[in-house]
Amino acid sequence: MTRVRAIERGSSAVFVLAAALAGGAALAIAHGVWRGGDTTRFEATRALAEGAGLTDLALFTEARYARHPAMADLHSAFQDGPLSFEHFPSGALVAPARDFPAAGLRNGGAR
Amino acid sequence: MSGWWARQRYLLDYASASLWRRKGRNLVLWAIFAALVFILGSVILFGSAIRREAALVLRDAPDVVAQAMRMGRHDMALASDIAKLKSVRGADRIEGRLWGYLYDTSTDANYTLQTPSAHAPDLALQKGEAIVGEGVARLRKLSEGKHLFLVSPAGRLLKAKVKKVLSPESALVSSDLVLVSAEDFRAFFELAPDQFTDIAMRVRNPSEVGTVSGKGALALPHYRFITRANMARTYEALFSWREGLLLAIATGAILAFAILAFDKASGLSAQERREIGILKAIGWETSDIIRMKLWEAGLISVSAFVAGMTLAYLHVFAMSAPLIETVLKGWSTLYPRFALTPHVDALQVTTLAFLTLLPYIAAVLAPIWRTASADPDRVMR
Repeated sequence: MTRVRAIERGSSAVFVLAAALAGGAALAIAHGVWRGGDTTRFEATRALAEGAGLTDLALFTEARYARHPAMADLHSAFQDGPLSFEHFPSGALVAPARDFPAAGLRNGGAR
Repeated sequence: MSGWWARQRYLLDYASASLWRRKGRNLVLWAIFAALVFILGSVILFGSAIRREAALVLRDAPDVVAQAMRMGRHDMALASDIAKLKSVRGADRIEGRLWGYLYDTSTDANYTLQTPSAHAPDLALQKGEAIVGEGVARLRKLSEGKHLFLVSPAGRLLKAKVKKVLSPESALVSSDLVLVSAEDFRAFFELAPDQFTDIAMRVRNPSEVGTVSGKGALALPHYRFITRANMARTYEALFSWREGLLLAIATGAILAFAILAFDKASGLSAQERREIGILKAIGWETSDIIRMKLWEAGLISVSAFVAGMTLAYLHVFAMSAPLIETVLKGWSTLYPRFALTPHVDALQVTTLAFLTLLPYIAAVLAPIWRTASADPDRVMR
C-alpha cells in the first residue's frame, strides 16, 4: 500500500525513470571503463603491422588511394585521366593528404 | 535543507503532472531530442574511437616509407636505391616492400597482396603458402589448410595453401590482406628481381626520423619520404574530415530541432499563459514558476540527452555502428568486421551537451520569464 502511495506522487515516478536512465548510462560507462582500458587486443594487430610493414587501415578497399591514403599521392584520384571526376563514394569521405610532400610538388613530383 | 527539498519536490510533482497533461506533444519532442543526440553522439563516439584505434594500431608501422615518383606517379623502387639508402647514417633495417592490389573477379573485391617482412619469423612463408585476412577468408570461404586460387590480370594463376587466417581482432588493418612469399609475388605480378613497390625504413633514434628522411631525400631526390607522423596525420585529418562531413549533414537536423524548440518556446499557448496567470494569482512567486518550468525543461532535455547518448554508445560499441557503416562502406565489397574498443572523448560529449541542452533550456525559459513577471490579471485575459 505504501509503495502504491509513493508512486502516486509525480516526483516519485520521475525518480524511478531517472534511476532507470542513470542505471543504463552507468552500465555504459562501466562497460567503457572495463573494455576501454583493454589494449591487449591491439598487441596482435600491432605485431602484425610491424611484421608485415602495414601502413594503413583496411577500411575502404574500393580504390587504391582510399585503401592506402597514407601512401597515395595528390594525383592518384585523377590518374585515370587528369580531368576525370572522382567516382568512388569513399572519395567523398577520404580527404587528400595535405601535409606532404611538405614543400609541394617540384621537379616532376620529386621533393 | 529539508524545507528546500520538500519545496523542490512539490515543484517536481507539479512539473511532472504538467508534462503528463500534454504527454503527446512532450513525448514527440523528447523522441526528436533523443534521436538528434543519438545521431550526433554516434558520429562523435565513432570518430574518437576509430582515431584512437588508428593511432594505436599504426604505432608500429615503418618509421619511414620511401616511394619512387615518376611524372607525379608512383613508380617501382629499385634494389640499387635500397643500397643507396643504406649509406644514410641513422637508418636501420631498410627493406624493399612488395605489395599491390588485385581485383578478384570471382568475389568483385579488391585484395591487397603483400609479402611479410624478412624480420617477422612468425609470418614467414614458403613458396605456395599464404596467410589471409579475415575478410578474404570470409568471402572465399577459406580456412587453414585449404587452397587459395588467384588469377592475375595477365592470366597467371597462383595456387597457395592457407597457412593461417589472421585473427578477426586485427581485421581493421588486415581484412583484405593476402600475404604470400616474395617468390610467388614476383611470379604472379611478373616483377623483375630488383624491383620493389616501395622501401620501408626503421630509424634507430625516433627523434632523428626527420633528419634521416631528409638525408634520404638528398640521396634519392626522385623519391617521396613518408614518415609515420605523416601517416598518423593523414588518418587524423581523414577521420576529422569524415566526422565533420557527417556532422555537416546533421546540421540540417540540428537546425530543424532549433526551429522546433524556438517555435515551442517563443509561442506560449493561451492555455499555458492562463496557467501561469492562475498560479501567480493563487500566490506562486515568479521564481517558483521559473523553477517549475526549469524542472520541466530539464526533465525533457536531460533525460533525452542521457537516453540518446546511452543508445549511441550501444550503437557504436555493442552493435559496431551499423548505421554509420553503410555510409563508410561505399562500394567496398570487403569491409572489415571489427568491434571498436570503447573510447569516449569527454570534451566532445560535454560540447554536445552544451550545444543541445543549454539552447533548449534557454529557449524554454525566456518566454516563461516574460509571462511570469507580467501582471496575472493581464496574462489571464
